Amino acid sequence: MCLGIPGRVERRFEADGAPMGTVDFGGVRKDVCLAYVPELQVGDWTIVHVGFALTRLDEASAKETLAMMRSVGMLDSELGTA
Amino acid sequence: MRFVDEFRDSEKARALAAKIAGLCEPGRQYKLMEVCGGHTHTIYKHGLEDYLPEQITLVHGPGCPVCVIPMGRVDDAMALAAEPDVIMTSFGDMMRVPGSNGSFFDAKARGTDIRMVYSPLDSLKIARQNPDKRVVFMAIGFETTAPSTAMTVLRAAAEGLPNFAIFCNHVTIIPAIKAILDSPDLRLDGFIGPGHVSTVIGCRPYEFIARDYGKPVVVAGFEPLDILQSIYLLMLQLSRGQSIVENQYSRVVPWDGNPVALRAIGQTMELRPYFEWRGLGFISHSALKVRAEYARYDAEQLFSVPGVRVADPKACQCGEVLKGVLKPWECKVFGTACTPETPIGTCMVSPEGACAAYYSYGRLSRTRVKEASRT
Ligand code: SF4
Repeated sequence: MCLGIPGRVERRFEADGAPMGTVDFGGVRKDVCLAYVPELQVGDWTIVHVGFALTRLDEASAKETLAMMRSVGMLDSELGTA
Repeated sequence: MRFVDEFRDSEKARALAAKIAGLCEPGRQYKLMEVCGGHTHTIYKHGLEDYLPEQITLVHGPGCPVCVIPMGRVDDAMALAAEPDVIMTSFGDMMRVPGSNGSFFDAKARGTDIRMVYSPLDSLKIARQNPDKRVVFMAIGFETTAPSTAMTVLRAAAEGLPNFAIFCNHVTIIPAIKAILDSPDLRLDGFIGPGHVSTVIGCRPYEFIARDYGKPVVVAGFEPLDILQSIYLLMLQLSRGQSIVENQYSRVVPWDGNPVALRAIGQTMELRPYFEWRGLGFISHSALKVRAEYARYDAEQLFSVPGVRVADPKACQCGEVLKGVLKPWECKVFGTACTPETPIGTCMVSPEGACAAYYSYGRLSRTRVKEASRT
């Protein structure tokens, strides 16, 4: 829950007046709420906790973290796809 | 040496390890606490303790959201879930946490309507689809998940959703750190600060640790090298007799956190006078409840919550583990009666729990450390 997963914003849209985004987590896609980091643009990387983007991060570090999380099997448990 | 193979960073890791060893004063023992369960997980998964000199001990902190939920709150949640027409929603991590009458999973198997959600917003969907039911979200976690609960309440209010509420169990990390600093059981030399909680609260809230307690704090990322580098920075401060707050994870953590998220938390929730933590007991101003303005979304106002205190099972030593006083394998039931499949205590439930991390990955280094401490 506190681990947070890096993902890349693929699309932005609005739902019920809130900024949302489809985020790609290394192949798994989820719609997440962007209200806390409204400046996020398509192509940006972010860290998502339980469906909410909380921060923006640079691409290189995002990819590294993602590779590490996949290798230790943390991705599924954080995404609830296990 | 697993992570070295994976990331081919053995050079960097060894270089850091050598620098860390070089900073140890002869004869001095160092105890560094990693506050966050995510760090505990990385440390055991990658065998990072193998890189550290014997003089440095890593102590696992209370930063695991489901680990610190006391049994009484689990029982309260069960009572809510058993109310007529209630659908309880919960994060997956919470589903296996044992209460005195089993876990959410057990209750679900007995026919109680408890559904797993990825995000609290999913609970709103369930509420819309089931207008004749009352949906209660089991809200847990530190400042990493509190913003999501806050936004969910704000959205429910904006929409005027009549059949949604939260059972608020959000806790805040700073009072827990303070309780540990004030506890006579444990003398720590420094803190590896929680990376993701800090994306929300920023680095300033840790300043009292450096200023009033004279202990260095380094907010750290979650990769093996992040943690080694943070240990190096802590050791550097200690060798200079310094105590400041540093941000090793600046690629993710802004010094001031996320003010928008903090505002949403403040708008919907306020501090409770006190809250019980598993193992740490009652800590004042350490948890959040729903503000009176949003009382119609507060399960504690809408339902009668038993609110009984339940003592942990006798065999359970989670409290000692959460305070860092005991190592997981020192608990009498570790790996025998208590395993991830049949957890007795909470620390065995979530991958962020110290016992689960040891059980899954740490058993090799456990023998090593055990042998080392015997000689
Ligand atoms: S082994 Fe089980 S009972 Fe013992 S401290 Fe760990 S989680 Fe708690």
